Order: sequence, then C-alpha cells, then structure tokens
Amino acid sequence: MSRSGSLRAYLLTRVALAIPTVLILLTLVFVLMRVAPGNPIQAALGGHVSQQIIERKTHAAGYDRPILVQYADYLKDVFTGHLGQTITDKTPVTRIVVNNGSATAELAIAAFLVALAIGVPLGVLAGRFRDTPVDTGGRLFGIFVYAAPVFFTGFLAQLVFGVKLGWLPTSGRVGPVTEFTLDKPTHFYVIDSIITGNWSAFGDVLRHLILPAITLGLLVSGVLIRLVRVNMLQTMRGDYVEAARARGVPERRVVIHHAFRNALVPVVTVAGLQFATLLGGAILTEQTFNWPGIGAALVRYLNLRDYIAVQGIVTVFAIAVVVVSLLIDVINAFVDPRVRY
Amino acid sequence: MAAIRLGGLRRTAARVRQARGVPKWLLYTGLAIVAFFTVLAIFAPLIAPYGFAQVTSGGVHFPKQSAPSSAHLFGTTVQATDVLSRVIWGARTAIEVVLLAVALSLVVGVPLGLVSGYIGGKLDRALVMLNDALFAFPYLLLAIVIAFLLSNSFLGQGIVTAAVAITVVYVPQYFRVVRNHVISVREETYVEAARALGAKRRTIITRYVLYNVVQNVPVIATLNAADAILTLAALGFLGYGIQPTQAAEWGYDVSRAIDDASAGIWWTGLFPGLAIVLLVTGFTLIGEGLNDVLNPLIRSRRIRVPEIPEPGAAAREQEPA
Repeated sequence: MSRSGSLRAYLLTRVALAIPTVLILLTLVFVLMRVAPGNPIQAALGGHVSQQIIERKTHAAGYDRPILVQYADYLKDVFTGHLGQTITDKTPVTRIVVNNGSATAELAIAAFLVALAIGVPLGVLAGRFRDTPVDTGGRLFGIFVYAAPVFFTGFLAQLVFGVKLGWLPTSGRVGPVTEFTLDKPTHFYVIDSIITGNWSAFGDVLRHLILPAITLGLLVSGVLIRLVRVNMLQTMRGDYVEAARARGVPERRVVIHHAFRNALVPVVTVAGLQFATLLGGAILTEQTFNWPGIGAALVRYLNLRDYIAVQGIVTVFAIAVVVVSLLIDVINAFVDPRVRY
Repeated sequence: MAAIRLGGLRRTAARVRQARGVPKWLLYTGLAIVAFFTVLAIFAPLIAPYGFAQVTSGGVHFPKQSAPSSAHLFGTTVQATDVLSRVIWGARTAIEVVLLAVALSLVVGVPLGLVSGYIGGKLDRALVMLNDALFAFPYLLLAIVIAFLLSNSFLGQGIVTAAVAITVVYVPQYFRVVRNHVISVREETYVEAARALGAKRRTIITRYVLYNVVQNVPVIATLNAADAILTLAALGFLGYGIQPTQAAEWGYDVSRAIDDASAGIWWTGLFPGLAIVLLVTGFTLIGEGLNDVLNPLIRSRRIRVPEIPEPGAAAREQEPA
C-alpha cells in the first residue's frame, strides 16, 4: 500500500475511535450530574423560593422528563452546540466558554511553552549524564516541581515577585486601564493587543501572563523532565546509537541527532496526555492568580451549585481533551512513520 | 496461602535490599520522610502544641496573623489558629486520606484488572474503553466533580468523601497496569501448563497470574500516594476537601494564605505548603527508587566480579547465578 494510503487509513481509524470516546465521556458527565441527589434547581436557588417556582423552573429545564429523554436531548444539544443557560445568572454557557475558555487557552499555551523550554533540555542532560550529579540534580528538580502544588508555587511567586520585589502583577489578566482600552476581537489578549497595535496593552498583558504561565509551566516541566530522561536512557541503548558511535560520530552529535530525536517521539504522544494535566493545573492556577479562565468559572458555578453551568463546562472540558489528543495523534502520525503501521 | 500469593512482593523486597547507589539513596530518603510524617500523624495530639482549631490558651486569645515567635513557632493565621499545630494535625489528615484512598483503589483496581485481563472478551473491551475515557479526562476535574456530588450526599464533606473522590481517579491507573501485565502473563508457558493440568481459573488467577503481576503494584501505589496528597490538597484549596472545622488540611490553609500574600504575610502559606512538598517528595522518592530497582528497562545492575570460590567453599554455595 502506498505511503499516503496508510496514513489516510490511520487517520480515518483514529477519528472513528474518537467518536465512542466522546460518547462515553458525555454519558459519564450526564450520569454523574444526574445521579447527584436532590433537585438541581432547588440546590441552585436555595431555600428561599416557593415550591411553585421550583416546580416551574424544574419543568422549564426539563428535569421532570424521563431520564432517557433527557439523555437524548443532552446529546442532541451538545452536538448542535447548545449548552443551555446557567440557572443562577442566566448566561449562555457557550458565552462563558468563549470568553473564559480563551483565557484558559492563552494561559495553557504559554505554560506549555515554558514547560518545553525547561523540561526538554533538563531531561536530555539528565539522561545523557546518567547517574552523575547532573542527572540527580535534574531528577530532584523534576521531583520538586512535581511535588509542589501549583497553588503553592503560585503563592511563593506572588510573595517574591509580586509583593517583595514588586516586579509583576499577581492578579488578573490585565490591569484596569488595559481592560478598558483593549479591543478584544479574538479574546486572546496577546493576539488582540498585537493586531490592534496596542503596545502598552501588549506589555501589560505579558506582565500579567508571566507568573501564572511559569507557575503552571513548571508543573508540566517536571513530567517532561522525567519522560525525556527515561526516553533518552532507552534510546541511548539503541543499536543505531551504538552504531553511530562505532562509526566515530562525535558523542555530542550522537546525543543530539541520534538519541534525542528518537527520544522526542513518545514525548509528543505524552504531550497529549499532559494536556489533561495542564487543564487540571489551570483550574488551580486560575484560582490562585484570579485568572478569569474556564476553571475559575467552573469553581464559581460549583460553589453556586449551578448544575447546568457545571454540566456545560465539564462537557466542554471533555470534548477539548478528546479533540486535542486526536490532534496530537495526527501530528504524531506525520512525524513518526512507525505509528501508522 | 497468602504467603504464596504475595511471593511476588517478596521478590520485590529482595531487589530493594540489593539496591545501591542513587536508587538506594532515593528509597531511603523517601522512607525517612514518610516515616517522619507518619510519626507526626500518629502522635499529633502529643506533638502539636495546640489543637488545630484552637484560638485560646488559658483564657488568653491568640493574636491574629502574628509572625513566628517563641509562643507560636510558625506564627498564627487570620483566624488566630496556630500554624505549627495545623501543619502537624494536617499530617494526620493527609496520611489518613492517602491510606484510605490507596487501599480503596487497590481493592477495586487490581481485581478488576486481573479479571478483565485474564477473561478478556466483551467485558474487557468495555472496561478498557471506559477506562481510556476516564484516563483522558483531567483527573482533578473528575475528583472535583465527584467530591462536589458526594458532599451533597449523606457522606458530606470529610475524609471519606475526599478519599473516594481520589480513588475514582486512581482506579483506572491500577486497572490499566494490572490488565496489560495480565495480558502478557496469560500467554506464558507456565500459565498454559497450569491450564493444561486442569487448574481452576480462580487458582490460575490468584496463584500464577497475581504472583507475577503484583510486583508492579508497589511502584504505582507509592507514586499514587504522592499524587493523592496533591489531589487532596487541590480539593482543599478549591474548597471541596475537608471542612476546616473537622480537621486541619494543608491545601485549605494555603488557599487562605493566598489572600495574606498581598500583605506580605508569608508564614501562613509557607509552612503548610512545604509540608505538602515534603510529603509528596517522600512518596515520589520511594516510587522512583522502587522503579529504578524493579524496572528492567532502566535498571542498571552492577556487574559482579565473579568470585572464584576457594577450594572447599562450594559447600556453602547458595545463590544460583
């Protein structure tokens, strides 16, 4: 079979496999939200409203219909892009997703870049100089950043860089002035400030982004260090590495061209899984830095016991995870021919 | 019987004793840290100067947000509780939740993986699919949602709720590792031989398969224990952990300290945060050390210089090389 043919077959299979995963996750979300005890409407409105109003709202939200009908409606709504309206403040969930989701995406991308910049070089060094102080140091660093909860790293960063040194802001996405002056066509503030040529806003946006991105990036960098190190150890044992050495290729070149490139392939795969870690960490980072992301929105609506908002946001998380892992696998298929067979 | 079944673990223990160099250092440092916190947890009432919610002593109110001093070594919080005492009582909460969570996920995850992997078929496929879906999901989000739902139920917010929320997150990991290992062990000759001899399925699973699979479990269990501490702290930080009146919890304490940071108050967050970092590091070091010792792919073995036995020493030859 031709090269492109097998690639296409692989991609089709991969997309087909993503569909049941989405369905399972959606079913899971639905079941979780429905096995919850109590009436969601009552939970959200508290004890202050009359039984009549609760019944009317319950009926309006469709909670009094047979469970299977609700399930079918939920699936239909999700696939047509209707996530409903929050019970507490009557905001369409899709608007929350667009406004807050972009904040989370911006934070997550910046954090992932930080993680790559820290994690990959340290992992390579640790693997290359195995069982030397460099290795132990790299591993200890990896363990420490893994062991420090993001909110604690964030707390320390705020204390040192925000309060003691006064270099960087510790809260929010932009200062009050920028919030007012910046046009937001894409809701990605970095991009918005560039395309509108608003350079003072650009600086402000970046300054606000630095601490949260490093805090979240460090978390993921720990995982990357461990992963790259182990992969380096394994690829350094490969026959082709030995063969390159035997041909007299300089050690530096062996490490970078022969071992490192192959060690990176599994990293791409795991980056897909790390996306979930990143999203989980983003919930905590957003809470720590008052970052108006989707995780912060989720926590707010959880506290309000707003089931519709929670269900909608969790649904979006689930779909995002599946889509990203699909994308990663597709990228992987292009990068590594072995994946396709 | 139990001794035979856990023979796999004994092999693990033997490898641990053989550890040397960096893995040995990792293992023993980790064990020391975890032992330290376990002592704190068990003897919290004796070690902690005050109760975790105590704000007066001998009729005198503690000062609010006072810096570390001889009266309060780690200072006091905005509610005037003693930070040192909360850190020590927090160890008890953390250890309790982790023990419960790891035990629960072992009890659910390992048998599920064994049965699913050995029996295979539709059940296996369905479980793997569900498992993969769960695995892809952000674990913290799952724990939050479970804790949120459970806290509305009869369990309320407490140690059991936190432990169950964490368990749901880790069951897929045990399931995956155990099942995949079972799949490969299932085809081994000795399992086939047992089958040919007419051994019951139950016997094969519990004696032949479990014996080999159980060796991987300590590594995952310790690494999960580390993760569980972080998840517990994260739940506490977001307000879905343990109620502050029920027990001291480090994550909750750090969440309260974030507001203090802008005022330059560092002691309310630093100490509980460090406690989290230390205990997680302890468990991780054990896990990493065990992994180095047990994982043949990355295990580096010292090449033994063959000892040439003196004449007559052959009688005490014990170890078949």
